[in-house]
Amino acid sequence: MSLAWVLTLGAFLFSVGVYGVLARKNAVLVLMSIELMLNSVNINLIAFNAWFRDSAAVGQIFALFIITVAAAEVGVGLAIVLLVFRNRKTINVDEVDLLKW
Amino acid sequence: MDPQATEGAVVSWPAVFVAIFGAVAAISAVAVVLSRNVVHAALSLVVVLGAAGAIFLVLGAEFVGWTQILIYVGAIVVLLLFGLMLTAAPIGKHALDNQQRGVAFITSAAVFGVFTFIIWRSFGSQRIHLNQVVRTSDIGRSLFSGYILPFEVVSVLLLAALVGAIVLAKKD
Repeated sequence: MSLAWVLTLGAFLFSVGVYGVLARKNAVLVLMSIELMLNSVNINLIAFNAWFRDSAAVGQIFALFIITVAAAEVGVGLAIVLLVFRNRKTINVDEVDLLKW
Repeated sequence: MDPQATEGAVVSWPAVFVAIFGAVAAISAVAVVLSRNVVHAALSLVVVLGAAGAIFLVLGAEFVGWTQILIYVGAIVVLLLFGLMLTAAPIGKHALDNQQRGVAFITSAAVFGVFTFIIWRSFGSQRIHLNQVVRTSDIGRSLFSGYILPFEVVSVLLLAALVGAIVLAKKD
């Protein structure tokens, strides 16, 4: 199997995640798009690990770390989103712009 | 298994499975960012993450594949659904997307173009020979010998995130 096709799949998922982060207004949907981007990086790491045939499985270990960090990120992120909703009654990211000016 | 034997075969079954799951993941990922219904977006995310887990399994990453299913599909998506329920998410295209959809599309298309160009220029002729499965015992041995310090740091990070999330979301 060609390595480049798997990497292209990862690049496509990453680009879709970039679109979601830029175009979505709802903060929870932005978090979902970030999960897409993190997952595309995992696909890349697993593909390179299979390509190298590394007996120490370094790529898979990094993928595990990324999964762990993604879990922590989404936990804290959703707590922040809940707090913003409780205080501002909205989670639209373009209405929470107090620090912008 | 001889790598040359799989190379010469007409149909390489791992490649077929990766192509099928990859197509499912790509279509569902587009559905995640284009769906007008937030719950449909979350359920499409389940399909993306499940298909990616299946690709991990095909590529010989046994432990990472099941961890993906367990943590992403089992925990993170449920957390996101709870977030959607608790924040009374509205339904409708104008309520979910902002005004910069065109710029976002151009940016993501440019990112995809640059990545694809670099990937095919650098790794266009490389092939994956799937003749080994990394078992969970290999992951464990490698994790607890060479990567014990990052492992402990990541556990402290998870603890900090847990405490931080509770403190932030607590009603006082």
